Amino acid sequence: MQAKVFVTPKSGVLDPAGKATEHALHSLGFEEVHDVRLGRYITLEVDGDPAEVTARVDDMCRQLLANGVIEDYRFELGESPGQ
Amino acid sequence: MRCGVVSFPGSLDDADTVHALSDVLGFDGVQLWHKDPDLHGVECVILPGGFSYGDYLRSGALARFAPVMDSVIEFAAGGGLVMGLCNGFQILCEAGLLPGALVRNRSMTFVCDTVHVRIERSDTPFTNLCETGDRLELPIKHGEGCYVADEESLRRIEDSGRVVVRYSDASGETTEAANLNGSLNSIAGVVNEAGNVFGMMPHAEHACEDLLGLEDGAIIFRSIEAWLRRDLRS
Repeated sequence: MQAKVFVTPKSGVLDPAGKATEHALHSLGFEEVHDVRLGRYITLEVDGDPAEVTARVDDMCRQLLANGVIEDYRFELGESPGQ
Repeated sequence: MRCGVVSFPGSLDDADTVHALSDVLGFDGVQLWHKDPDLHGVECVILPGGFSYGDYLRSGALARFAPVMDSVIEFAAGGGLVMGLCNGFQILCEAGLLPGALVRNRSMTFVCDTVHVRIERSDTPFTNLCETGDRLELPIKHGEGCYVADEESLRRIEDSGRVVVRYSDASGETTEAANLNGSLNSIAGVVNEAGNVFGMMPHAEHACEDLLGLEDGAIIFRSIEAWLRRDLRS
């Protein structure tokens, strides 16, 4: 199955890339935009039953895919594309 | 002093660090290979600057899973001296050996410049030949050197005196202009709770000889040596 992992900067943690993107949006005229946060979107194909995959992907997020000091994560499980 | 310098794929400053140790300072600099878990009897381990594993995922995130890092973590747990410079600092934070994290510079630009750091603690193995309040003039070159931690962690780090060096101007004032990467509280380097693991963004290894224009970095390596010899005597 496919896991879609979303990694985002924790609220309160400085996100210079998000801030720069926000400024760029403002200069393009999108002045209604605020609090832009930049994260990462990771897809993984993982073998196993959903309960097992949930536990394993959570481990992967904690050990590597997200840095708990500065980032939050969440993930969704679904069918692999093409199946 | 027999001092190991780890080479990861993408390390840049490993050879320069060995050069500073062996050719300039007269110590025994030993290159350690990322795939080799043997630390070859070194008394101190340095994780050098560069872009280990291409900075993929996050700076320093992948290097901590190299076979040598299990030995480095074990060495640190046993009280061994470990120092990370630039990317090495990022690796130590990612490995959980140091608190906090290093993110994109607040300016969003890579900075390559000469800075001053103010010595906040002179009782560490890495700064014991300095006086508190001394300034060192050192080069920096990094895109992700902005030190961050959440509010509570930052308070803990400050309250427990873990900040060893801060960016300052030449007179020792921590100004916004002197904090080129935008680090919280102008933090340039921190030590772990036990005091044997230290990381900082500035490059001490590139400031050890007149030829390179700066020599203030030598005191960091000489401090390590002094500390090791003192430990041997006691």
